[in-house]
Amino acid sequence: MSEQLNVPTMAEFMAAGKKPEVLFWVGCAGSFDDRAKKITKAFVKLLHRSKVEFAVLGTEESCTGDPAKRAGNEFLFQMQAVTNIEVLNAYEIKKIVTACPHCFNTIKNEYPGLGGSYEVMHHTQFLKSLLDEGRLTIEGGQFKGKRITFHDPCYLGRGNGVYEAPRELIRKLDAELVEMKSCKSRGLCCGAGGAQMFKDAEPGDKEVNIARTEQAIDVKPEIIAAGCPFCNTMMTDGVKNKEREADIAVMDIAELIANAQDL
Amino acid sequence: MMYLPQILFAIVLLASIGYFARNVSKLRRNITLGHDVDVSDNTSQRWKNMAMIALGQSKMVKRPIAGALHVIVYVGFVVINIEVLEIIIDGLAGTHRIFSPIGATYGVLIGIFEILAVLVFVAVVVFWLRRNTLKLKRFWANEMKGWPKDDANYILYFEMVLMGLFLTMNATDLEFQAMNSGNVISQFIAPWFSSFSESSIHIIERSAWWLHIVGILIFLNYLYFSKHLHILLAFPNTYYGRIKPQGQFENLEAVTSEVKMMMDPDADPYAAPEAGAEDEVPAKFGASDVQDLSWVNLLSAYTCTECGRCTSECPANQTGKKLSPRKIMMDTRDRLVEVGKNIDANNGEFKDDGKQLLDDYITKEELWACTSCNACVEACPVSIDPLNIIMQMRQYLVMEQSAAPMELNNMMTNIENNGAPWPYNQMDRLNWKNEA
Ligand code: SF4
Ligand code: SF4
Repeated sequence: MSEQLNVPTMAEFMAAGKKPEVLFWVGCAGSFDDRAKKITKAFVKLLHRSKVEFAVLGTEESCTGDPAKRAGNEFLFQMQAVTNIEVLNAYEIKKIVTACPHCFNTIKNEYPGLGGSYEVMHHTQFLKSLLDEGRLTIEGGQFKGKRITFHDPCYLGRGNGVYEAPRELIRKLDAELVEMKSCKSRGLCCGAGGAQMFKDAEPGDKEVNIARTEQAIDVKPEIIAAGCPFCNTMMTDGVKNKEREADIAVMDIAELIANAQDL
Repeated sequence: MMYLPQILFAIVLLASIGYFARNVSKLRRNITLGHDVDVSDNTSQRWKNMAMIALGQSKMVKRPIAGALHVIVYVGFVVINIEVLEIIIDGLAGTHRIFSPIGATYGVLIGIFEILAVLVFVAVVVFWLRRNTLKLKRFWANEMKGWPKDDANYILYFEMVLMGLFLTMNATDLEFQAMNSGNVISQFIAPWFSSFSESSIHIIERSAWWLHIVGILIFLNYLYFSKHLHILLAFPNTYYGRIKPQGQFENLEAVTSEVKMMMDPDADPYAAPEAGAEDEVPAKFGASDVQDLSWVNLLSAYTCTECGRCTSECPANQTGKKLSPRKIMMDTRDRLVEVGKNIDANNGEFKDDGKQLLDDYITKEELWACTSCNACVEACPVSIDPLNIIMQMRQYLVMEQSAAPMELNNMMTNIENNGAPWPYNQMDRLNWKNEA
C-alpha cells in the first residue's frame, strides 16, 4: 500500500475539458479517519481495476451535514447542503458513489428538495453493478470458505432498503455468509448514528456497539463485514473490548474484494 | 307499556352514540391542534399501505404467535359485529332475530360467529396469560405501570365477558335452539340450563341479550380513553404514515428560506418580506409541546397500541438507556389529553399551565439517547414514527435553546469551521491519497 494513488479531482477533469463517469464522494470519515482512509483507498483501487473514470471533489468537498441534521441543527445542515449542491451543480454532476451510508442517504434523499438531484449509489451497489457489467471480477482468494457475517448499516438497510447488494458481493468471495440474530430490516444499530458517534452515550447498562458485537460473536464469524466507516469503528471497538481482535477481523466489503485480489 | 323495552333501547343507543360522537369531535379537535402537513401525495400507495398494514395486519404477523392470536381477535371482532346490526334492529323494532327467516344462510352465519366467539375467547385467555404470567419484558417496562397495564387487562376481561354473553344468549334462546341450525357451539351450552323453567331461561336470555349490547356500547365509549382506539385509528394512521424512505428526514422549509437569504449575495436583509411569507415563518423551530408537532404525530399518539414492539427493538432501550419510543408516543398522548382538558375548561382557549411535553414528560436524556436507527419505525404494526417526534424535539433543543450536549456543539462548530465533524482543515481533505 505504499505507492501513491492516482486520484483525479473534478477541477482537473474540468481543466482538461472532460467529464468523469462518476463522482466518488469520499466523505469526512473516508477523508480523515485513519481506519476509514484504508477503505477509501481499497475502493479507489477497485475503481482503477475496473477502469472506471472517476473523480473526487478533494478540497472542494465538505461535510454533507448529516450529523448536524440528526443532532437537530437544521440550519447548519441546510447551509452545508446548499454549499455542496452549488459545487456539485457547477460541475454538472450526474452520478455519485460513496462508501458512507450517511452521505449516501443524505445526498440521495435530502438534497433533491434543496436543488440537488443526482443518481446516488452506495459503493456496494456500484461494485455490484460493475460485477454485473463484467467490469469487475471477484475472487475468493484468502477469504474462500471463511465465515463472514454482514452488519447492516441502518441508513443503507432500513433507511433505504438496500440489503442484497452487499450480501451478493460477499457470496461472490466464495465465503460462508452467516446471518446474525438481528439482521436486514431488524438489524441492530452499531450505536453511531444520529450523531451518537460524536458524544458519550447516556447512562445505561451497556454500550450499543458491545451489544451488537456480542450478536456478531454469537454466530462465530472470522470476519465481520461492514459497509459504513462508522459501523466499522464501532464494531472494531467492540471486538477489541471483547479481546477477540486476534481471531475476528472487521473489514469493509471494498477491502474484502480488494484484498482477495492482493490489490 | 308494550313499547317500554324499545323506548329504553332507543334511549340507551342514542345516549351512547351521542357520547361517542362528542368524544370523536374532541379527538378531532385535539389532533388538529398539530400543525398541518401535506399528505396529498402518493394516494394509491397510501391506500395500499392501509389495506396491507391495517386491514391485512402485515406487520403484526412478523411476530407469528402474537400475530396469529391478534388476527383471530381482529377477525372475530369485525365479523361478530355483523350480528350487532341484527341486535340493533331487533332492539328498536321489538322483533326477535329479524334476519332468521333468510334460512340456511342465517344458520351458517351464526355458526361462524359462534366458532369465532370461542376462538376469540381462547385467544384472549392466552393474551392474558402472556401479559400477566410470562413476564415478557415489553409488558413490564416502566411506562406500563398503572393505567396502561390495567387498560390492557380490562379490555381482555371485556372481550371474555362479551363472548360469554353472546354464547349464553344463543344457548338460552329456545326458539333459536329449536331451529337447530347455527348453534354449533351453543347447543353444548344449552343443556347447562335444562333444569331451569322456561320462563327463567327466557329471563336469562333477555339479560344476556341486554348485557351483551350494553357491553358493546360501553366498549365503544371506552375506546376514547384507551389504547384500544387503535382499532379505529390504525386505518387513518397507516394511510397517513411514512411513504418516503425511512432514512429521509424532511427539510424544514422555514429554514430553507432563511438559508437561501443568507447564501444569496444579492439579498437585501432589510427588504420587506414577500406577501404571505410571514405565515411561513413558524413561531419556533422544532417542538417543545404537542401543538408544535404535526397532526399526523398527534394522530399517531392516539393510535399507539402500547404494544412495545418499537421499544423492544430499540438499541438504546436494549442497552438500558431511559429512551423508549413507546413512552415517547404515550407521553405525547398524555400531554395532548391534558392540553385538551385545559382547552375544555377554559372555554375553548388554551391557558398556559406552565407545563410542556419537553422536560415535564420527555426528558433531554431520552432524546439524546436516540441513534436515529429507525428500528422503532420498522417495528411498529400501525405505521407510527416515534423518531420523527424525537427529531423535532432535538431541533427545538438545538435551534431554540442551544442546549445540545457539549460534544455535539463541538462537532457542529467543527462542521461550521472546517467542513468536517472533527477539527481537521478542509484543505487537508485529499491528503490521504499521498499517505502510505
Ligand atoms: S430510532 Fe431512536 S428511538 Fe427508534 S429504535 Fe432507534 S434509537 Fe430507538
Ligand atoms: S409506537 Fe407502534 S410499536 Fe411502539 S408501542 Fe405504539 S403501536 Fe407499538
